[in-house]
Amino acid sequence: MTTQATPLATRETTREIVFTPRVDILEKEDELVVLADLPGVKADDVEVKFERGELTLHAKCSPRWTGRRGLQTEYGIGDFWRTFTVSEEIDSTKISAELRNGVLTLHLPKIEQVKPRKIAVKGE
Amino acid sequence: MLARWAPLVNEFERVRREMDRMWEALDPRSGRPGLAGTYPLLNVMEDDERLYVEAELPGIDLNKLNVTVLSTNELSIEGERRPVEIAGTWHRQERGVGQFKRVVNLPVPVDAEKVEARYEQGVLTVVLPKSQLAKPRQIAVKAE
Repeated sequence: MTTQATPLATRETTREIVFTPRVDILEKEDELVVLADLPGVKADDVEVKFERGELTLHAKCSPRWTGRRGLQTEYGIGDFWRTFTVSEEIDSTKISAELRNGVLTLHLPKIEQVKPRKIAVKGE
Repeated sequence: MLARWAPLVNEFERVRREMDRMWEALDPRSGRPGLAGTYPLLNVMEDDERLYVEAELPGIDLNKLNVTVLSTNELSIEGERRPVEIAGTWHRQERGVGQFKRVVNLPVPVDAEKVEARYEQGVLTVVLPKSQLAKPRQIAVKAE
């Protein structure tokens, strides 16, 4: 898997500031697991697309500081956006996602024939 | 001769890039060099009645999160993010794990008894009612 840079102009964003979420990517025998930090994002606001070997993650983050005055601002909030090129053959119909405590867990199951198959060696 | 040195130069380049990446990873959102290595980053806000201290802490174990009002003007946030427990081959590991602690000086005194904390969608918000002395008071102007 590699990260692919995409020009800002092509990104579908609702607001101007877009952040790149930090991710962990793990490969298991039968699936890829992607964990992404999406603090402040509700499950309904996450969009995951998988098309032609490209995984796109887009999450909208609503403003939450209305009516408050900032005294010390160390970070900003905005949408999250990131795309990956996936070299494994993924069964896109079986991709599942779960958002818990601001962490998105994506399961990308490999297509059956890609899974390692143990070949029995017959003796005489 | 040049060819012999190339691998070493590449190695230096690789290490340099790796270090750049580490620094970026420490300070991913703010881009402010002064805050490199600071975790969590905090936003402090106010309205007339309260102070709000907010931190993005996705995937935190609530049992290990301690929010403590140390005095009328000091707040401490400490906790731990546990490592991912999935057996497999790592392709990418950007999400930090481990213990953290941060103490923040509050700009005005607060009522320590009434401080409340919420953790929603991986965001911690501490609401600290201002002490009576710190609240703005409208002074009635008397006419003759």
